[in-house]
Amino acid sequence: MSTYVTEVRQLSGRRFRVLIAKLGLDGHDRGAKVIARALRDAGFEVVYLGVHQTPDDVVRAAVEEDVSVIGISILSGSHLELVQDVVKLLRERGLNIPVVVGGIIPPEDADVLRGLGVYEVCGPGTLLRDVVEIFKRAVTV
Amino acid sequence: MDERLVQRMVEWEREVVEQFLKKFPERKREFLTEEGVVVRRLYTPTDLESRGWDYVGSLGFPGSYPFTRGIYPTMYRGRPWTIRQYAGYGSAEDTNQRFKYLLSVGQTGLSMAFDLPTQLGLDPDNKLAWYEVGKVGVSMPSLLEMDIVFREIPMDRISTSMTINATAIEVLSMYVLVAESRGVPRSVLDGTIQNDILKEYIARKNYIYPPEPSMRYSTDAIIFCAKEMPRWNSISISGYHFEEAGATPAMEVAFTLADAVEYVRWVVERGKISVDVFAPRLSFFFASRTNLFEQVAKFRAARRMWAKIMRDRFNAKDLRSMMLRFHTQTAGVMLTAQQPEVNIIRTTIQALAAILGGTQSLHVNSYDEALSLPSEEAVKLSIRVQQVLLYESGVVDTVDPLGGSYYVEWLTDEVEERAWRIIDHIDRLGGMLRAIELGYPQSEIARAAYEYQVRVDRGEIPIIGVNMFAEPEVPKVKVLKVDPEVRRRVVDRLGKLRSDRDLLKVLNALDGVRKAAENLEVNIFPYVLEAIRCKATLGEVSNVLREVWGEWRAPETV
Repeated sequence: MSTYVTEVRQLSGRRFRVLIAKLGLDGHDRGAKVIARALRDAGFEVVYLGVHQTPDDVVRAAVEEDVSVIGISILSGSHLELVQDVVKLLRERGLNIPVVVGGIIPPEDADVLRGLGVYEVCGPGTLLRDVVEIFKRAVTV
Repeated sequence: MDERLVQRMVEWEREVVEQFLKKFPERKREFLTEEGVVVRRLYTPTDLESRGWDYVGSLGFPGSYPFTRGIYPTMYRGRPWTIRQYAGYGSAEDTNQRFKYLLSVGQTGLSMAFDLPTQLGLDPDNKLAWYEVGKVGVSMPSLLEMDIVFREIPMDRISTSMTINATAIEVLSMYVLVAESRGVPRSVLDGTIQNDILKEYIARKNYIYPPEPSMRYSTDAIIFCAKEMPRWNSISISGYHFEEAGATPAMEVAFTLADAVEYVRWVVERGKISVDVFAPRLSFFFASRTNLFEQVAKFRAARRMWAKIMRDRFNAKDLRSMMLRFHTQTAGVMLTAQQPEVNIIRTTIQALAAILGGTQSLHVNSYDEALSLPSEEAVKLSIRVQQVLLYESGVVDTVDPLGGSYYVEWLTDEVEERAWRIIDHIDRLGGMLRAIELGYPQSEIARAAYEYQVRVDRGEIPIIGVNMFAEPEVPKVKVLKVDPEVRRRVVDRLGKLRSDRDLLKVLNALDGVRKAAENLEVNIFPYVLEAIRCKATLGEVSNVLREVWGEWRAPETV
């Protein structure tokens, strides 16, 4: 994955900072942690918020940490409501930060999320290199 | 050492194998188990001898120390495992209906899933709970809901397992009170509360209070059950969530048994009771993965290790204290969203591993669970998988059919040896509570999870439909959705409960809980039971405990 490091840096000459958070009350954090590590290994600077974050926590941290992408992981089935709140808060603040969602997301819900303005949805089985690729594309938005 | 065997083996490798390999090379340079154990081409009695294996010491007989071959002398010939599918969603009515459906298609025990607000001590009208009511389990803010869940279900005859930890006492109180209102005394109730808070800090993350008061809470439940509920499993010490978070088989065994050691220590110290009073009601919970032989080895190793720990470390005298009784769930993380029907084949192998490993109770995941909660048809298939194994396959006809397999015995020893090394390390750190504070099990699991995923990416770990034989589209399976009206229904009922009760009695009972929480000398259980009896809600009791004990925010690292 070292090629990504170079490529990502070449894009702008700086290390991109991304946020990874578990939204809602769900505690399944294996995916979030694995993705955070993969992004770090790929050259991103990763701000990892951990479990039990509210939409407000996520948006506030995204602003404070000045991140280029927000990565959200949800496996509790509450993705539509929670992500909608995040997107709404971002809009209210006039922020255009791409949001990537991962977790147990039924395909038809993935379409709904994209319709809300989510940049990409990564369901179960998505390979790390594909996730890294998505974040890499997202920072250039 | 059998000289003749060694001699023949050398000849076989030189004359037969080498010749054969010239024409037909093996597919890989190295064959590895998921633990990373290098698997040899062939195992013979020599492999066992070189480890000091002997039949009587290493295996003994089923129902006898060290229980490697099983905890009962006749195993499934006499007593089949309990078919117990983890279930529950939406409102109490939805869950009652699902329970009755499961029983109607042949399930033999219940396993109750609670939603996240219930697990985290939040009532459904709390803003933090808003979106999560009824999503991953049933909403259970008061005993009214418990009463509805068990409508037309015989609480005196069915055993019920409840996946509840940080609010285990509140929820078990509801169960006891509903049963008693139907004339079923708590002394005959059969079931389990998970009540394993340590694994929440490590992997599952549904904790409320800091570790010390949480351990006191959990310990009080074990002591209360030992005294008043002789047929109730007061804890289900869980490795499942470690495996789901990324632990290898040896880590799963080691972290689970190290947690168990910590609980036993606490109960002995706090309860001033001998191990044989409560240890027979300690139960366990493991995952079962597709790597069949290693999983069987894992279960057998865990059983033998627990027997040794209880006999040698805690001087247990009662054989039942040394028996590792366990529930198994097939590994959720191995389900794929791609080509979901293939999951039925995976879970069948996983279920077989659990049975060959001697489980007492089994949940088989449904094939659609990488996409959503399972549909009725999918759950029925999971039950049918268990029934085919039990009634058609014949694998249950003799005890521990893999016992004596050179490979399985060798691997059982190998998993055990690796798990002891981890337990020794935890002992040196000062026990599991300390190890958790230091972040040791958390970081080991996170490291293993990442290494696993990198190997999946590289194609070194094949997953059919994902990195092998993939097909372009994820099929659209009909998924089960929770009715958005659920929250309104539950909140309405909560409002009714609040207006119907004697508020003075509630406040007095909650004050009793507060005083008990402040006083380390008393068991908190009876006070919580009394508050729930006075119709205090789960959230109200938790709030009192939060005020006394504080909330836990774990330091988060990747």
